[in-house]
Amino acid sequence: MPSLKDLKNRIDTVKSTRKITKAMQMVAAAKLRRAQEAAEASRPYTERFNAVLGGLAKASAGSDAAPILLRGTGSDQVQLLVVMTAERGLCGGFNSSIVKLAKQKAETLKGEGKTVKILTVGKKGREQLKRDYGDLLIGHVDLSEVKNIGYANAQEIANDLLARFDAGDFDVATIFYNRFENVVSQIPTAVQVIPAKFDTPSESDETGYVYDYEPSEEEVLATLLPKGVATAIFSALLENGASEQGARMSAMDNATRNAGEMIDKLTIEYNRSRQAVITNELIEIISGAEAL
Amino acid sequence: MADMMQFDLVSPERRLTSTEASAVQIPGADGDFTAMAQHAPTIATLRPGIVTVQGAGGEERYVVTGGFAEVTPDGTTVLAERAMPAGEVTQDIIDDFVATAVAARDNATPEMLDQLSKQVGDIALVASELGLQSKA
Repeated sequence: MPSLKDLKNRIDTVKSTRKITKAMQMVAAAKLRRAQEAAEASRPYTERFNAVLGGLAKASAGSDAAPILLRGTGSDQVQLLVVMTAERGLCGGFNSSIVKLAKQKAETLKGEGKTVKILTVGKKGREQLKRDYGDLLIGHVDLSEVKNIGYANAQEIANDLLARFDAGDFDVATIFYNRFENVVSQIPTAVQVIPAKFDTPSESDETGYVYDYEPSEEEVLATLLPKGVATAIFSALLENGASEQGARMSAMDNATRNAGEMIDKLTIEYNRSRQAVITNELIEIISGAEAL
Repeated sequence: MADMMQFDLVSPERRLTSTEASAVQIPGADGDFTAMAQHAPTIATLRPGIVTVQGAGGEERYVVTGGFAEVTPDGTTVLAERAMPAGEVTQDIIDDFVATAVAARDNATPEMLDQLSKQVGDIALVASELGLQSKA
Protein backbone atom coordinates (compact mmCIF):
# COMPACT_ATOMS: atom_id res chain seq x y z
CA MET A 1 0.00 0.00 0.00
CA PRO A 2 1.65 3.22 -1.13
CA SER A 3 1.89 5.92 1.46
CA LEU A 4 -0.03 9.16 1.24
CA LYS A 5 3.12 10.98 0.22
CA ASP A 6 3.77 8.51 -2.63
CA LEU A 7 0.25 8.94 -3.93
CA LYS A 8 0.51 12.70 -3.77
CA ASN A 9 3.75 12.57 -5.73
CA ARG A 10 2.27 10.33 -8.38
CA ILE A 11 -0.73 12.59 -8.81
CA ASP A 12 1.57 15.56 -9.27
CA THR A 13 3.64 13.69 -11.86
CA VAL A 14 0.61 12.68 -13.90
CA LYS A 15 -0.74 16.21 -13.65
CA SER A 16 2.40 17.69 -15.15
CA THR A 17 2.41 15.01 -17.85
CA ARG A 18 -1.14 16.00 -18.69
CA LYS A 19 -0.10 19.61 -18.99
CA ILE A 20 2.62 18.65 -21.46
CA THR A 21 0.42 16.44 -23.61
CA LYS A 22 -2.31 19.07 -23.59
CA ALA A 23 0.17 21.69 -24.76
CA MET A 24 1.50 19.37 -27.46
CA GLN A 25 -2.02 18.71 -28.64
CA MET A 26 -2.73 22.41 -28.98
CA VAL A 27 0.54 23.03 -30.80
CA ALA A 28 -0.24 20.17 -33.16
CA ALA A 29 -3.70 21.59 -33.79
CA ALA A 30 -2.25 24.96 -34.76
CA LYS A 31 0.38 23.35 -36.96
CA LEU A 32 -2.23 21.10 -38.52
CA ARG A 33 -4.22 24.10 -39.65
CA ARG A 34 -1.14 25.57 -41.29
CA ALA A 35 -0.21 22.26 -42.89
CA GLN A 36 -3.71 21.88 -44.26
CA GLU A 37 -3.62 25.38 -45.69
CA ALA A 38 -0.33 24.61 -47.39
CA ALA A 39 -1.75 21.42 -48.84
CA GLU A 40 -4.82 23.31 -50.03
CA ALA A 41 -2.68 26.02 -51.63
CA SER A 42 -0.71 23.52 -53.66
CA ARG A 43 -3.77 21.80 -55.00
CA PRO A 44 -4.52 24.07 -58.01
CA TYR A 45 -0.97 23.66 -59.25
CA THR A 46 -0.84 19.90 -58.80
CA GLU A 47 -4.22 19.36 -60.38
CA ARG A 48 -3.52 21.41 -63.50
CA PHE A 49 -0.03 20.01 -63.75
CA ASN A 50 -1.15 16.41 -63.59
CA ALA A 51 -3.97 17.02 -66.03
CA VAL A 52 -1.60 18.52 -68.60
CA LEU A 53 1.15 16.00 -68.02
CA GLY A 54 -1.30 13.11 -67.98
CA GLY A 55 -2.72 14.18 -71.32
CA LEU A 56 0.74 14.52 -72.82
CA ALA A 57 1.90 11.24 -71.38
CA LYS A 58 -1.13 9.42 -72.74
CA ALA A 59 -0.44 10.76 -76.21
CA SER A 60 3.11 9.52 -76.29
CA ALA A 61 2.67 6.39 -74.18
CA GLY A 62 3.63 3.21 -75.91
CA SER A 63 5.86 4.93 -78.41
CA ASP A 64 9.52 4.01 -78.30
CA ALA A 65 10.49 7.64 -78.52
CA ALA A 66 8.87 8.36 -75.17
CA PRO A 67 11.30 9.76 -72.59
CA ILE A 68 12.91 7.21 -70.33
CA LEU A 69 11.19 8.69 -67.29
CA LEU A 70 7.85 7.72 -68.77
CA ARG A 71 8.73 4.47 -70.47
CA GLY A 72 11.06 3.17 -67.78
CA THR A 73 14.28 1.29 -68.28
CA GLY A 74 12.41 -1.73 -69.55
CA SER A 75 13.23 -3.64 -66.42
CA ASP A 76 11.92 -3.65 -62.88
CA GLN A 77 14.79 -5.52 -61.32
CA VAL A 78 16.09 -2.82 -58.99
CA GLN A 79 13.38 -1.22 -56.91
CA LEU A 80 13.90 1.93 -54.89
CA LEU A 81 11.56 2.56 -51.99
CA VAL A 82 11.45 6.15 -50.81
CA VAL A 83 10.08 6.04 -47.29
CA MET A 84 8.87 9.39 -46.02
CA THR A 85 8.29 9.70 -42.31
CA ALA A 86 8.37 12.38 -39.66
CA GLU A 87 11.39 13.81 -37.90
CA ARG A 88 9.77 13.42 -34.52
CA GLY A 89 7.92 10.76 -32.65
CA LEU A 90 4.97 11.01 -30.26
CA CYS A 91 2.47 10.91 -33.06
CA GLY A 92 0.77 7.56 -32.56
CA GLY A 93 1.15 5.02 -35.27
CA PHE A 94 2.06 7.57 -37.90
CA ASN A 95 5.66 6.49 -38.51
CA SER A 96 5.12 2.82 -37.84
CA SER A 97 2.29 2.51 -40.32
CA ILE A 98 4.41 3.87 -43.17
CA VAL A 99 7.33 1.69 -42.21
CA LYS A 100 5.06 -1.34 -41.99
CA LEU A 101 3.72 -0.75 -45.49
CA ALA A 102 7.23 -0.27 -46.85
CA LYS A 103 8.44 -3.43 -45.14
CA GLN A 104 5.58 -5.43 -46.61
CA LYS A 105 6.42 -4.14 -50.05
CA ALA A 106 10.10 -4.86 -49.55
CA GLU A 107 9.35 -8.42 -48.52
CA THR A 108 7.09 -9.04 -51.52
CA LEU A 109 9.71 -7.65 -53.87
CA LYS A 110 12.44 -9.71 -52.27
CA GLY A 111 10.27 -12.79 -52.60
CA GLU A 112 10.04 -12.07 -56.31
CA GLY A 113 13.80 -12.01 -56.50
CA LYS A 114 14.09 -8.26 -57.02
CA THR A 115 16.81 -6.05 -55.61
CA VAL A 116 15.45 -3.57 -53.08
CA LYS A 117 17.06 -0.28 -52.16
CA ILE A 118 15.69 2.14 -49.62
CA LEU A 119 15.99 5.90 -49.38
CA THR A 120 14.60 7.47 -46.26
CA VAL A 121 13.22 10.94 -45.74
CA GLY A 122 12.79 11.79 -42.08
CA LYS A 123 14.67 10.43 -39.09
CA LYS A 124 12.04 8.17 -37.58
CA GLY A 125 11.67 5.90 -40.58
CA ARG A 126 15.40 5.51 -40.84
CA GLU A 127 15.68 4.44 -37.23
CA GLN A 128 12.99 1.80 -37.64
CA LEU A 129 14.30 0.46 -40.94
CA LYS A 130 17.94 0.35 -39.88
CA ARG A 131 17.32 -2.70 -37.74
CA ASP A 132 16.05 -5.01 -40.46
CA TYR A 133 17.24 -3.42 -43.66
CA GLY A 134 20.40 -1.60 -42.66
CA ASP A 135 22.30 -2.90 -45.66
CA LEU A 136 19.62 -1.74 -48.11
CA LEU A 137 19.63 1.92 -47.08
CA ILE A 138 21.33 3.93 -49.78
CA GLY A 139 20.62 7.41 -48.59
CA HIS A 140 18.81 9.70 -46.21
CA VAL A 141 17.29 13.13 -46.53
CA ASP A 142 17.27 15.14 -43.34
CA LEU A 143 14.45 17.64 -43.01
CA SER A 144 14.80 18.26 -39.28
CA GLU A 145 16.14 21.77 -39.88
CA VAL A 146 13.28 22.67 -42.20
CA LYS A 147 10.43 24.52 -40.53
CA ASN A 148 8.10 25.01 -43.45
CA ILE A 149 8.32 22.54 -46.25
CA GLY A 150 8.70 24.36 -49.51
CA TYR A 151 8.79 23.34 -53.13
CA ALA A 152 12.57 23.73 -53.01
CA ASN A 153 12.83 20.82 -50.53
CA ALA A 154 10.81 18.60 -52.83
CA GLN A 155 12.95 19.67 -55.75
CA GLU A 156 16.11 18.69 -53.90
CA ILE A 157 14.78 15.22 -53.20
CA ALA A 158 13.59 14.92 -56.80
CA ASN A 159 16.97 15.97 -58.16
CA ASP A 160 18.65 13.42 -55.94
CA LEU A 161 16.30 10.73 -57.23
CA LEU A 162 16.78 11.75 -60.85
CA ALA A 163 20.56 11.77 -60.51
CA ARG A 164 20.47 8.26 -59.10
CA PHE A 165 18.11 7.18 -61.86
CA ASP A 166 20.40 8.62 -64.54
CA ALA A 167 23.31 6.82 -62.94
CA GLY A 168 21.36 3.57 -63.31
CA ASP A 169 20.99 2.98 -59.58
CA PHE A 170 17.43 1.75 -59.88
CA ASP A 171 14.66 1.00 -62.36
CA VAL A 172 11.51 1.79 -60.43
CA ALA A 173 10.97 4.26 -57.61
CA THR A 174 8.00 4.20 -55.26
CA ILE A 175 7.30 6.75 -52.56
CA PHE A 176 5.63 5.87 -49.29
CA TYR A 177 3.75 8.46 -47.28
CA ASN A 178 0.61 8.96 -45.26
CA ARG A 179 -2.31 10.44 -47.14
CA PHE A 180 -4.29 12.84 -44.99
CA GLU A 181 -7.87 11.70 -44.81
CA ASN A 182 -8.92 13.55 -41.68
CA VAL A 183 -7.59 14.20 -38.21
CA VAL A 184 -8.16 10.67 -36.95
CA SER A 185 -7.35 8.71 -40.07
CA GLN A 186 -4.23 8.83 -42.19
CA ILE A 187 -3.79 6.24 -44.88
CA PRO A 188 -0.34 4.86 -45.66
CA THR A 189 0.00 5.11 -49.42
CA ALA A 190 2.51 3.94 -52.00
CA VAL A 191 2.87 5.84 -55.27
CA GLN A 192 5.17 4.96 -58.10
CA VAL A 193 6.94 8.08 -59.38
CA ILE A 194 9.58 6.68 -61.74
CA PRO A 195 8.65 5.69 -64.36
CA ALA A 196 5.77 8.09 -64.11
CA LYS A 197 2.31 6.62 -63.87
CA PHE A 198 -0.87 8.52 -64.40
CA ASP A 199 -4.40 7.67 -63.55
CA THR A 200 -6.40 7.72 -66.70
CA PRO A 201 -8.05 11.11 -66.60
CA SER A 202 -11.79 10.86 -66.13
CA GLU A 203 -14.17 12.29 -68.71
CA SER A 204 -14.48 15.61 -66.94
CA ASP A 205 -10.74 16.22 -67.09
CA GLU A 206 -10.75 16.12 -70.85
CA THR A 207 -10.82 19.65 -72.13
CA GLY A 208 -11.08 18.39 -75.65
CA TYR A 209 -8.50 20.84 -76.98
CA VAL A 210 -5.80 19.87 -79.40
CA TYR A 211 -2.79 21.79 -78.18
CA ASP A 212 0.09 23.32 -80.06
CA TYR A 213 3.31 22.63 -78.26
CA GLU A 214 6.19 25.01 -77.93
CA PRO A 215 9.05 24.19 -78.52
CA SER A 216 7.77 20.68 -79.41
CA GLU A 217 5.64 18.00 -77.84
CA GLU A 218 8.67 15.84 -77.05
CA GLU A 219 10.61 18.69 -75.50
CA VAL A 220 7.71 19.86 -73.40
CA LEU A 221 7.21 16.33 -72.14
CA ALA A 222 10.91 15.95 -71.45
CA THR A 223 10.98 19.16 -69.37
CA LEU A 224 7.77 18.39 -67.56
CA LEU A 225 8.51 14.83 -66.47
CA PRO A 226 11.30 15.69 -64.00
CA LYS A 227 9.08 18.46 -62.65
CA GLY A 228 6.35 15.85 -62.32
CA VAL A 229 8.56 13.89 -59.96
CA ALA A 230 9.15 17.00 -57.88
CA THR A 231 5.44 17.81 -57.85
CA ALA A 232 4.53 14.29 -56.74
CA ILE A 233 7.10 14.45 -53.95
CA PHE A 234 5.97 17.92 -52.93
CA SER A 235 2.38 16.90 -52.55
CA ALA A 236 3.45 13.76 -50.69
CA LEU A 237 5.51 15.89 -48.30
CA LEU A 238 2.58 18.21 -47.67
CA GLU A 239 0.14 15.34 -47.14
CA ASN A 240 2.66 13.77 -44.81
CA GLY A 241 3.07 17.03 -42.90
CA ALA A 242 -0.66 17.38 -42.38
CA SER A 243 -0.99 13.70 -41.46
CA GLU A 244 1.82 13.93 -38.93
CA GLN A 245 0.19 16.81 -37.12
CA GLY A 246 -3.21 15.15 -37.29
CA ALA A 247 -1.81 11.93 -35.89
CA ARG A 248 0.04 13.77 -33.16
CA MET A 249 -3.04 15.76 -32.28
CA SER A 250 -5.20 12.68 -31.78
CA ALA A 251 -2.41 10.78 -30.01
CA MET A 252 -1.92 13.66 -27.60
CA ASP A 253 -5.65 14.04 -27.14
CA ASN A 254 -5.80 10.39 -26.08
CA ALA A 255 -2.82 10.82 -23.81
CA THR A 256 -4.41 13.84 -22.15
CA ARG A 257 -7.62 11.94 -21.58
CA ASN A 258 -5.78 8.93 -20.16
CA ALA A 259 -3.85 11.17 -17.82
CA GLY A 260 -7.13 12.70 -16.66
CA GLU A 261 -8.59 9.26 -15.92
CA MET A 262 -5.48 8.26 -14.07
CA ILE A 263 -5.60 11.41 -11.95
CA ASP A 264 -9.22 10.69 -11.04
CA LYS A 265 -8.36 7.14 -10.01
CA LEU A 266 -5.32 8.20 -8.00
CA THR A 267 -7.27 10.95 -6.31
CA ILE A 268 -9.92 8.49 -5.15
CA GLU A 269 -7.20 6.18 -3.85
CA TYR A 270 -5.55 9.12 -2.13
CA ASN A 271 -8.78 10.21 -0.46
CA ARG A 272 -9.53 6.67 0.67
CA SER A 273 -6.07 6.26 2.19
CA ARG A 274 -6.37 9.57 3.94
CA GLN A 275 -9.77 8.60 5.33
CA ALA A 276 -8.30 5.28 6.50
CA VAL A 277 -5.55 7.11 8.32
CA ILE A 278 -8.06 9.43 9.98
CA THR A 279 -10.27 6.53 10.99
CA ASN A 280 -7.27 4.74 12.42
CA GLU A 281 -6.28 7.74 14.45
CA LEU A 282 -9.83 8.12 15.77
CA ILE A 283 -9.96 4.45 16.79
CA GLU A 284 -6.68 4.87 18.60
CA ILE A 285 -7.92 7.96 20.46
CA ILE A 286 -11.25 6.37 21.34
CA SER A 287 -9.76 3.08 22.48
CA GLY A 288 -7.12 5.03 24.40
CA ALA A 289 -9.91 7.00 26.17
CA GLU A 290 -11.86 3.85 26.92
CA ALA A 291 -8.85 2.19 28.47
CA LEU A 292 -8.56 4.93 31.04
CA MET B 1 -12.30 46.80 -75.58
CA ALA B 2 -10.85 43.41 -76.30
CA ASP B 3 -12.53 40.27 -75.04
CA MET B 4 -11.58 39.23 -71.55
CA MET B 5 -10.39 35.78 -70.59
CA GLN B 6 -9.69 33.98 -67.35
CA PHE B 7 -6.07 34.15 -66.21
CA ASP B 8 -4.56 32.06 -63.42
CA LEU B 9 -1.02 32.14 -62.14
CA VAL B 10 -0.21 29.34 -59.73
CA SER B 11 2.97 28.11 -58.13
CA PRO B 12 3.23 24.90 -56.10
CA GLU B 13 3.06 26.90 -52.90
CA ARG B 14 0.22 29.28 -53.63
CA ARG B 15 -2.21 30.68 -56.16
CA LEU B 16 -0.84 34.10 -57.01
CA THR B 17 -3.66 35.48 -59.00
CA SER B 18 -6.90 34.47 -60.62
CA THR B 19 -8.38 37.29 -62.60
CA GLU B 20 -9.91 38.50 -65.83
CA ALA B 21 -7.35 39.67 -68.34
CA SER B 22 -7.46 41.02 -71.85
CA ALA B 23 -3.91 40.03 -72.73
CA VAL B 24 -1.04 38.23 -71.04
CA GLN B 25 2.56 38.44 -72.16
CA ILE B 26 4.35 35.18 -71.49
CA PRO B 27 8.11 34.56 -71.63
CA GLY B 28 8.07 31.31 -73.60
CA ALA B 29 11.20 29.21 -73.95
CA ASP B 30 11.21 29.96 -77.67
CA GLY B 31 10.42 33.63 -77.30
CA ASP B 32 7.83 35.89 -75.75
CA PHE B 33 4.27 35.66 -76.87
CA THR B 34 1.03 37.32 -75.93
CA ALA B 35 -2.05 35.27 -75.15
CA MET B 36 -5.44 36.86 -75.72
CA ALA B 37 -8.94 35.46 -75.71
CA GLN B 38 -9.53 33.02 -78.56
CA HIS B 39 -5.86 32.17 -78.75
CA ALA B 40 -5.19 28.75 -80.25
CA PRO B 41 -4.74 26.06 -77.57
CA THR B 42 -1.04 25.96 -76.73
CA ILE B 43 1.21 24.48 -74.13
CA ALA B 44 4.53 26.24 -73.86
CA THR B 45 7.46 25.89 -71.51
CA LEU B 46 8.71 29.08 -69.89
CA ARG B 47 12.08 30.62 -69.37
CA PRO B 48 12.85 32.90 -66.41
CA GLY B 49 11.15 36.18 -67.18
CA ILE B 50 8.30 38.53 -66.48
CA VAL B 51 4.65 37.71 -67.05
CA THR B 52 2.68 40.87 -67.78
CA VAL B 53 -1.07 40.78 -67.28
CA GLN B 54 -3.32 43.43 -68.81
CA GLY B 55 -6.36 43.27 -66.61
CA ALA B 56 -9.38 45.46 -66.03
CA GLY B 57 -7.53 47.21 -63.24
CA GLY B 58 -4.41 47.99 -65.25
CA GLU B 59 -1.19 46.15 -65.73
CA GLU B 60 0.34 43.70 -63.31
CA ARG B 61 3.75 42.08 -63.53
CA TYR B 62 4.98 38.81 -62.06
CA VAL B 63 8.44 37.30 -62.08
CA VAL B 64 8.54 33.59 -62.90
CA THR B 65 11.50 31.23 -63.03
CA GLY B 66 10.34 28.59 -65.43
CA GLY B 67 7.43 26.22 -65.59
CA PHE B 68 4.84 26.13 -68.31
CA ALA B 69 1.78 27.92 -69.63
CA GLU B 70 -1.42 26.37 -70.83
CA VAL B 71 -3.35 28.60 -73.21
CA THR B 72 -6.88 27.77 -74.30
CA PRO B 73 -9.41 29.95 -76.10
CA ASP B 74 -11.21 30.65 -72.79
CA GLY B 75 -8.29 31.22 -70.53
CA THR B 76 -4.64 31.02 -69.71
CA THR B 77 -3.01 29.20 -66.84
CA VAL B 78 0.62 29.75 -65.97
CA LEU B 79 2.13 27.06 -63.76
CA ALA B 80 5.39 28.49 -62.51
CA GLU B 81 7.88 26.77 -60.27
CA ARG B 82 8.62 29.97 -58.44
CA ALA B 83 6.60 33.08 -59.00
CA MET B 84 5.99 36.35 -57.22
CA PRO B 85 4.66 39.81 -57.94
CA ALA B 86 7.40 41.96 -59.50
CA GLY B 87 7.02 44.44 -56.65
CA GLU B 88 8.01 41.82 -54.07
CA VAL B 89 11.25 40.92 -55.79
CA THR B 90 14.20 42.21 -53.85
CA GLN B 91 17.92 42.08 -54.41
CA ASP B 92 18.17 39.06 -52.07
CA ILE B 93 15.68 37.10 -54.10
CA ILE B 94 17.48 37.86 -57.34
CA ASP B 95 20.77 36.82 -55.75
CA ASP B 96 19.13 33.58 -54.69
CA PHE B 97 17.79 32.96 -58.21
CA VAL B 98 21.19 33.65 -59.69
CA ALA B 99 22.94 31.38 -57.19
CA THR B 100 20.53 28.52 -57.93
CA ALA B 101 20.89 28.96 -61.68
CA VAL B 102 24.67 29.24 -61.52
CA ALA B 103 24.90 26.15 -59.31
CA ALA B 104 22.75 24.22 -61.78
CA ARG B 105 24.91 25.41 -64.66
CA ASP B 106 28.14 24.45 -62.95
CA ASN B 107 26.88 20.93 -62.24
CA ALA B 108 25.34 20.52 -65.66
CA THR B 109 26.05 17.78 -68.14
CA PRO B 110 27.47 19.06 -71.45
CA GLU B 111 24.17 18.67 -73.34
CA MET B 112 22.31 20.71 -70.70
CA LEU B 113 24.99 23.40 -70.44
CA ASP B 114 23.62 25.59 -73.21
CA GLN B 115 20.14 25.68 -71.82
CA LEU B 116 21.28 26.36 -68.27
CA SER B 117 23.69 29.10 -69.26
CA LYS B 118 20.81 30.72 -71.09
CA GLN B 119 18.78 30.61 -67.87
CA VAL B 120 21.47 32.50 -66.03
CA GLY B 121 21.37 35.14 -68.76
CA ASP B 122 17.57 35.28 -68.60
CA ILE B 123 17.65 35.95 -64.88
CA ALA B 124 20.20 38.71 -65.40
CA LEU B 125 17.78 40.26 -67.90
CA VAL B 126 14.93 40.10 -65.42
CA ALA B 127 17.15 41.76 -62.83
CA SER B 128 18.07 44.65 -65.08
CA GLU B 129 14.41 45.05 -66.12
CA LEU B 130 13.53 45.51 -62.45
CA GLY B 131 16.49 47.81 -61.86
CA LEU B 132 18.35 45.31 -59.67
CA GLN B 133 21.86 43.94 -59.83
CA SER B 134 22.73 40.45 -60.97
CA LYS B 135 26.02 39.00 -59.86
CA ALA B 136 26.19 36.41 -62.64
